[in-house]
Amino acid sequence: MISAGHHPRFLNDPRLQWALYCAAAVALIALPFAVDATLGRAWVRIIDVALLFILLGLGLNIVVGYAGLLDLGYIAFFAVGAYSYALLASPQFGIHGSFVALLPLGALVAAVFGILIGAPTLRLRGDYLAIVTLGFGEIIRICLNNLNRPVNITNGPQGITLIDPLALGDIALNQTYTIAGVTVAPVHSYYFVFLACAATSIFISLRLEDSRIGRAWIAIREDELAARSMGINTRNVKLLAFAMGATFGGVAGGLFASFQGFISPESFTLLDSVMVLCMVVLGGMGNVGGVVLGALLLTALPEALRYAGPLQQDWLGAVYVDPSNLRMLLFGLALVLMMLFRPAGLWPSTTRRRELSGGRDAHVAK
Amino acid sequence: MDIFLQQIVNGLVLGSIYALVALGYTMVYGILGLINFAHGDICMIGALTALTVAQALAAMGLPVPLVLVLAALTAVLVCVVLGVSIERVAYRPLRRAPRLAPLITAIGVSILLQYSAALTWGKQYLAMPELVKPGEIALGGVHLTDLQVFIFLLACAVMAGLLWFIHSSRMGRAMRATEQNPDVAGLMGVDVNRVIAFTFLLGSAVGAIAGMMVVLYYGVGHYFMGFMLGLKAFTAAVLGGIGNVAGAMLGGLLLGIVESLAAGYIGDLTGGVLGSNYRDVFAFLVLILVLVFRPSGIMGQHTGDRA
Repeated sequence: MISAGHHPRFLNDPRLQWALYCAAAVALIALPFAVDATLGRAWVRIIDVALLFILLGLGLNIVVGYAGLLDLGYIAFFAVGAYSYALLASPQFGIHGSFVALLPLGALVAAVFGILIGAPTLRLRGDYLAIVTLGFGEIIRICLNNLNRPVNITNGPQGITLIDPLALGDIALNQTYTIAGVTVAPVHSYYFVFLACAATSIFISLRLEDSRIGRAWIAIREDELAARSMGINTRNVKLLAFAMGATFGGVAGGLFASFQGFISPESFTLLDSVMVLCMVVLGGMGNVGGVVLGALLLTALPEALRYAGPLQQDWLGAVYVDPSNLRMLLFGLALVLMMLFRPAGLWPSTTRRRELSGGRDAHVAK
Repeated sequence: MDIFLQQIVNGLVLGSIYALVALGYTMVYGILGLINFAHGDICMIGALTALTVAQALAAMGLPVPLVLVLAALTAVLVCVVLGVSIERVAYRPLRRAPRLAPLITAIGVSILLQYSAALTWGKQYLAMPELVKPGEIALGGVHLTDLQVFIFLLACAVMAGLLWFIHSSRMGRAMRATEQNPDVAGLMGVDVNRVIAFTFLLGSAVGAIAGMMVVLYYGVGHYFMGFMLGLKAFTAAVLGGIGNVAGAMLGGLLLGIVESLAAGYIGDLTGGVLGSNYRDVFAFLVLILVLVFRPSGIMGQHTGDRA
């Protein structure tokens, strides 16, 4: 699934490949129920969130990984998607639209925001671009936080509650169903929706990577001037990267709003942008498999660290290090150590690895 | 008109703090081309250190000037050690790596500092003892406090000292040479590594003093205070022309004034639609406008391909 051509030889047998795909599909379908039975329902929820982050990570990967545009305000698109879904499917305005229409709408609104943010920043590169996108991200968050006066649009810091769940006809995903003796709780239903979205986004990303547009993005990342000389319309292609990345974020935002049933500006801080960026960077920029790995790891590991509190209580008799602080501490440390010792990420793309290990003299600071 | 002058004065005081922090960004950027994201958090560590020392010493009943000096010295010492070791451990190995790598490292260091502070001091707001009793000075319809005057004068003194140092001392000359071209400076016998370490030392020391001013001014400190402070100071540095020391000072003062005026007048100008809770937006708007329309800032040279 990740990319053909790198498999060991025995995997080239098509029958074996089919068998493997089928086994993977069965495993993915059984996963939430197995996790529910062993680790508890909380972990199914964590897997759901991880799938959302795969969506987000892959979206940011288009901007940062493929096109090489460092975006530190990516969570803003997530926020835009979430708020456009929440406003049109909650008692806030008394509108209850169908998600079939609202998710594409959220994606569209996010894409428009992507272009709005991308257009004035086209001339900027590298760290300047990072700072400007960070500024945009913060502006959007501050506006969401304050747009409850004089006209109450976003309900300010209290956020929007009672957001409609995903529903098709009479089947709402926030109900528990029993199908063939298996209890399907809301977390399970959402798992399958998110899994489908994540799989689609992986597919789109892989196809984009090998497409004409994808190659244009990578060319811009490697050398913008050369790319332009080769006849690539860098302006349009960069805007497309922003819009495409934002679209992924918008869809993820809509799904998140329906899944949580509640959103507030709290969920869209700079730290969340950095978190998504880290998934991309730690996993391996520009490599779809790496980003998926990064998203899974960075969602699961912090959750696992929640056990650090009880463990300290058991072993040391008291909680010395607050687990939530420890989590962030290790997160920061991981960023630094990764950049020092494995700058291309855990599972780097081949071009990126070449770029970061060899040819260092091409990037002297001045 | 009185309100206008009052906002200008408030802005100057706030801006002088921004200017001090901005110096740390601009010096490092000038030499390394790196946005030291962690600088705001170094200031935060300085602020909280000063706050803790001041609390302890004030409880012992030492005279106020002594408390201030000791608190400042401890903060400077802690920040200098921190700044120089961060440079040594986190930035130096990445000096010739692609630009993305040190930037992400800097974000990592920033998070690391924030949550180390959260572990050390907790996540609640900490109160600074009221050392300088705010006595009012009326100056032609404008009200000033002793504290504001003290902060502004101290900031000006530090800036003047720094300008003199960079322009007149041997080390300052080495710094300027390294800024122009590190390789050639190395050939001329400048120990580039030492100069860069010294730049971090200088920036962190000034940042520590700025951090202490913030807790003196607002009376509270918090583990997350470095984030906004850092961003605004960075804005100030960009506004003045990043890499330019005098520009950072000018940018800081300007940004302080813009922010004060905007926060003071936006309610009236928009008929109450937008309140002063949008004040942080202005700093970002200034930043974006400058970067988009004049990336070299007010006093900077043309930055060419970089922006």
